[in-house]
Amino acid sequence: MSQYLLLLYAPEVAPAEQAAREAELPVWFELNESLQEAGLLAGSGRLHAVDTATTVRVRDDEVELTDGPFAVTKELLGGYYLLECRDLDEALRQATRLPIARYGSVEVRPMMPMEDMIVRAREAGADLPA
Amino acid sequence: MNGRDDPAAAAVARAFREERATVLATLIRHVGDFQLAEDAVQDAFADAVKAWRRDGVPAKPGAWITVAARRRAIDRLRRERSRTGRAERLAELMRLDEQEEPAVSDETSIDDDRLRLIFTCCHPALDLRARVALTLRALGGLTTGEIARGFLVAEPTMGKRIVRAKRKIADANIPYRVPHDAELPDRLHGVLRVVYLIFNEGYSASEGDRLVRGELCGEAIRLGLLLVRLMPDDAEVWGLLALMLLHDARRAARVDAEGRYVALDEQDRTVWDEARTRKGMRALERAVRLRRPGQYQLQAAITAAQMEEGVDWPRIAELYGALAQLTPTPVVELNRAVAVGFADGPEAGLELLAPLLGDGTLERYQPLHAAHAELLRRAGDLAGARLAYERAIALSANAVERAELERRLLGTR
Repeated sequence: MSQYLLLLYAPEVAPAEQAAREAELPVWFELNESLQEAGLLAGSGRLHAVDTATTVRVRDDEVELTDGPFAVTKELLGGYYLLECRDLDEALRQATRLPIARYGSVEVRPMMPMEDMIVRAREAGADLPA
Repeated sequence: MNGRDDPAAAAVARAFREERATVLATLIRHVGDFQLAEDAVQDAFADAVKAWRRDGVPAKPGAWITVAARRRAIDRLRRERSRTGRAERLAELMRLDEQEEPAVSDETSIDDDRLRLIFTCCHPALDLRARVALTLRALGGLTTGEIARGFLVAEPTMGKRIVRAKRKIADANIPYRVPHDAELPDRLHGVLRVVYLIFNEGYSASEGDRLVRGELCGEAIRLGLLLVRLMPDDAEVWGLLALMLLHDARRAARVDAEGRYVALDEQDRTVWDEARTRKGMRALERAVRLRRPGQYQLQAAITAAQMEEGVDWPRIAELYGALAQLTPTPVVELNRAVAVGFADGPEAGLELLAPLLGDGTLERYQPLHAAHAELLRRAGDLAGARLAYERAIALSANAVERAELERRLLGTR
């Protein structure tokens, strides 16, 4: 057995189309359930919008924070951590400890809580049991 | 709003300026959401206009707004069934609402809330321009439209910037708290930087709406006064306040009756604001007594020395030397070269300027070429001075400043 990270990408769309996507939450639930039953699911989650990102770099022992996602196309995705933190300050503090922050970048993105996803899906008309 | 015709409206306007930040800061802690708290405070001020016209202005407008904003927050939370942690927030607000007298917070907790709000608005994970806008919006008395005019951007652009920052605070869970000791110096420095940016935007007035820009200086000084009250043991907080007050004291003298820029050594000292100068000097003394020199304190000391009768250039050159050690930026090096040029003669100044002229970072920086021209003129190299003046004139974006440079260029012929 090997582990694989599936990275999910999609273009941003107009609110109406976005609502149609939100309403698809039951489909995602079904999918997750089948992956779980097959013993394949190690973890999954949804991220908040890209403009909630903060990029952390450490250069010459100085912490550099940038509002927004990492933008250097020469840097390639090399790994991930999923941390449970009290708030953004704690997440940023831990990010600065990663050796890669000294020669690369760490993009810190908040995960969207399940309740938020359910609220959005309901607002978009999805029929979800309470 | 006209105070004489409508005392209720005047009282609301005054309460908006004086109490809004305090009420907002405390409500954010109670509801745990910037946007919701801001909306509820906005509602409360709208309520006040109606209620105070009908029933007269209450004895304690701030307390009235606090209670009204809390009730509006309860209404909003009841409607927004989807919000996370809604039940706990509602219960806490209702508990506060049932207490009659102690509902109004004591001084210390009000101060703590305002300090939390400043640190959240100036959080380094937010875009710098958003930090400036959010700080002015949340802690100052300016509207989004006024902030937009002050920074020469369209109002919807500024509105979006503020909304986006608030969404990031909520979604990324930027804490509403004063940073702990290990992070405090860095974070406080970030706060001071935002306040100084606001001041400079108002002070530099390279273009745009003079009136609003004056208000930016006023807001920055108010924030400085608030910070010294909240953090009286920090030397840089006093240093920044001193720096802003000393600059602001000379505001009326910076431009003459024809709108021309007036250099410091040629300013009419009688129009300097004496009270403001004294306050600035007192703030500087407080900073010096804490015995922790920092960049704002040194800049304030330089400004103070420049304002004395008979300028002590060797002293100023020495202060710039200390500043250059703390913040070795090209602009500080440039100012040091100018001071040394007055203290030890133009040749000494030109020697310090040479690496800056060769380096290229300040290639398009007008003051570098203006300073170069002055030093060359004083050293007797008029042809060189003319070239440097022409370069400075080509780079100047300010009509008043350009006119002054042209006058000096004519003087070399």
